[in-house]
Amino acid sequence: MNAVAQAVDAGRTRIRTRRSPADRPGSAAIEKPKSQWRLAVRAFSRDKIAVVSLIVLVLVVLASIFAPLLTPYSPTVGDPVDRLAGVGTHGHFLGLDGQGRDIWTRLLYGGRNSLTVAVVPVLVVFPVALVIGLFAGFRRSRAGETLMRVLDVLFAFPLVLLAIALAAVLGAGLGNVMLAIGITLIPYMARVAYTATVTESSKDYVEAARAYGANPLLLMFRELAPNVIVQLLVYATTLCGLMIVVASGLSFLGVGVIPPTPDWGIMTADGKNVLLEGIYHVATIPGLLILVVSLAFNLIGDGVRDALDPRKQTG
Amino acid sequence: MTRVIGSRLLSTVLVLFGVSLIVFLLLQMVPGDPAVTILGSGATADAVAALRSQLGLDRSLPVQFFSYLGGLLHGDLGRSLTISAPVTDIMLPRFANTLILTGAALLLCIVIAVPLGVIAANGQYGIFDRASMMISLAGASVPVYWFGLLLIGIFSITLGWLPTSGMYNPRFPGGAGDLLAHLVLPAIAAALVPLAVIARMTRSVMIDILAQDYIRTLRASGLSTTSVLWRHALRNALPPIVNIIGLQVGYLLGGVVFVEVVFGWPGLGQQLYTSITQRDIPVVQAGVLFIALAFVIINLIADVAVGLLDPRTRRRAGS
Repeated sequence: MNAVAQAVDAGRTRIRTRRSPADRPGSAAIEKPKSQWRLAVRAFSRDKIAVVSLIVLVLVVLASIFAPLLTPYSPTVGDPVDRLAGVGTHGHFLGLDGQGRDIWTRLLYGGRNSLTVAVVPVLVVFPVALVIGLFAGFRRSRAGETLMRVLDVLFAFPLVLLAIALAAVLGAGLGNVMLAIGITLIPYMARVAYTATVTESSKDYVEAARAYGANPLLLMFRELAPNVIVQLLVYATTLCGLMIVVASGLSFLGVGVIPPTPDWGIMTADGKNVLLEGIYHVATIPGLLILVVSLAFNLIGDGVRDALDPRKQTG
Repeated sequence: MTRVIGSRLLSTVLVLFGVSLIVFLLLQMVPGDPAVTILGSGATADAVAALRSQLGLDRSLPVQFFSYLGGLLHGDLGRSLTISAPVTDIMLPRFANTLILTGAALLLCIVIAVPLGVIAANGQYGIFDRASMMISLAGASVPVYWFGLLLIGIFSITLGWLPTSGMYNPRFPGGAGDLLAHLVLPAIAAALVPLAVIARMTRSVMIDILAQDYIRTLRASGLSTTSVLWRHALRNALPPIVNIIGLQVGYLLGGVVFVEVVFGWPGLGQQLYTSITQRDIPVVQAGVLFIALAFVIINLIADVAVGLLDPRTRRRAGS
């Protein structure tokens, strides 16, 4: 598998870059060894698709943060007189929804909720999954292995379904949705961290460190963790893309963010009712934005994966 | 082979036990006392206590779980809080409808995605490859519910070709033709994301296989590209592809919930949606249980199929 080969190379390169100055004292002065991260950043910056995706994402985030500066309207209070006016209406270039609220405004403010609900659970679960994966995969303790088997049962539920079920029993609302998504993500992220740890643990550099009698905890967090984090990071970026769709989906079903709070999923659901009357813009615009943001995350994830692959780095 | 299937069956039973435990625990996560929820906040303490003992809520959790499990094995999933009927009676016909939709979508996925991936792999970095992979990458990011609405907008409202919702024409319910007309759009909507993922995976599996020495030997010995591609390479690519399809069924079954809501398809997903809004938790539990059950069984089938397709596991199992 590609990720495994990548991990092998990453591990070797780390050792080489660290030890080369000590091995050859003279050479360090002539050529400064480039760090793995700097090489990765440079490789990423050459990937046009990934860079464009990153720019799109940054723009969306900035637009959400500075929403009040970009629109004079309120996201929750509309003007019923112009309700359902289409794209290109004077003063409302993306049109108005069924309650006469400006769609551009709701997209801007909605981004705050849609992005938060999708990204925060991934960020919170990241360290949890890392620790679970490291302890279960490296120490191979019975408790860790048992925990992994218990988490395996959660794979019997389709991801979206588990999120829906948890959100349904916890009740709608921003905090509950994030909790539901977070719980759903634990087995997936822990599995990736676990697999990465198991493969890394059998590498030469870990064997060598063990043979030196390195402190297992130090070895785990200083040598092993960086390589596991890299793999988890690629996965987490892709997961953010998926969670944008899932979180909006929960709102679409009414178990996510509570209306009238703007959210891209709720906006799509609002559009569903007027779609049958032949009015398309209310549903299509927010859905298109969900697609663009999700795709951007996926392309960035691909870019990060390639950038961290030493075989694809040059220079 | 029988031993492999046997151990796989055993682990499936364990997983199903875990699944029923989690579904049982879902009910425990609901904030508040179920008895109070049923009776309303104005109920007297005596009435609440009576209902609690009637529902068995006054017993310890393990006892409650095993009585739930016992009921499960007899097909008893409790009674709906909103519809006066046993949950099983409500859900079984809907489960059948969900399976029709899922089956149709899965068929679409396999019939389109696998050839797409094979053709793309054959012309790696060609125009067809780049175009189809770009489209499938975008396809994998599409929100299912939005895509469903788009299909309704285009094919039902604007063009008027296909019905907007339901499973049969309410006024003149016809036979298979009527069902098929209602099935087309939801099946396409449900299939899109798994189709895109399967096509991409098929492509990468095929690229790995096409780079192997035996393929070069086959080509050198004068076999036509068609034969190399579809008979020899694809046969070896099938085990991983079947595995991926089995896993994608999970996404399919999750997506079907949205598709059923958007298209008014009378399946588990739509009932799940209705019951969630009414907070009818026994029905929600049953819906989740049925879908997980379908997912586990389909993966079991996929695993067994992989075992049969791959001569290496076949031989190992035989010896």
